[in-house]
Amino acid sequence: MAESSSAATRVPVVAKLLTANEQVAAGNRATFQGHGNLVINIMASPGAGKTTLLLATIELLRAASVKVGVIEGDVASQVDADKIATTGAPVVQINTGGSCHLDAPMVRSGLEALPLEGLDVVFIENVGNLICPVSFDLGQDYNIALLSVPEGHDKPYKYPGIFEAVDLVVVTKSDLLPYLDFEVDTFRELVAGLNPNAPILVVSAKTGDGMDAWTNWVQERLEDGS
Amino acid sequence: MHELSVTEDIMRIVNDHAGRNDAKSVTDVYLVIGELSSFIDDSIQFYFNILSPDTVADGATLHFDRIKTRFRCRNCGTEFEPEERDWTCPECQALGGDVIAGKEFFVESIKVTT
Repeated sequence: MAESSSAATRVPVVAKLLTANEQVAAGNRATFQGHGNLVINIMASPGAGKTTLLLATIELLRAASVKVGVIEGDVASQVDADKIATTGAPVVQINTGGSCHLDAPMVRSGLEALPLEGLDVVFIENVGNLICPVSFDLGQDYNIALLSVPEGHDKPYKYPGIFEAVDLVVVTKSDLLPYLDFEVDTFRELVAGLNPNAPILVVSAKTGDGMDAWTNWVQERLEDGS
Repeated sequence: MHELSVTEDIMRIVNDHAGRNDAKSVTDVYLVIGELSSFIDDSIQFYFNILSPDTVADGATLHFDRIKTRFRCRNCGTEFEPEERDWTCPECQALGGDVIAGKEFFVESIKVTT
């Protein structure tokens, strides 16, 4: 045996962090797959219109006989889940108790409250935040980011992590484009610079403009998975 | 706020590797964190100070190796660090690129006494 010494030796570790979350996320993914659910994680700033988009989407998909359930993540309150419940869609509210994102164990805790077997699509509405939700896998099939017109077209410069990581970007509140200086082409160029594979849709849940393209995107994913 | 769960993860990894190396104590923990990952040094340090007493890593120093974001231009292959509000390639002026660094997030090594 080597001579005992009090001198410190450096030993390699190279262990990825967040593996505990990723293990639970893998379990969630298996549960969703077992029930044939398409799972879409929606990330955006507070006030970007996540809930409003979902309310309109639930009605449009219902007309196409697509059954939707929602997992609502918020720091506190039941406000968004109550809104979703008015549509009759199954919804579970998860309060993160101060945490700025959903993580896989939180989603896990909400699964029993949803009738997964009868659902085609599960939307996870993440906590309003463009920064950390992207670091936490929840077991979703697709990540999407919403950006509302009032937030400005330069957001990819400030939050590159999220725009680089998503499968689709939806610009919301397009009915406000005539009144604000949001440059859609500049935004498209910035997102494409980071993530050329992510389509960019421009919608208004209020007027219905562009909503067909969005629900088509969801339905195409549903057909791919079935 | 989310650094608590991450710091718990760090503690778990450090304790595990200290055990494997028959360490009496851990004096230093070396972390590699990309600029694009949303974790703050001070906040990890704050939770580490709460979680580490009475463990093998009591009093250990945390070292943060911050990795700058780097793009590889899709047009000409040049690798470059994007500016805060300018993502154009310095060689060919194409916008953006594939992210080749900046998303790292791991415990690289620990220093132990045996």
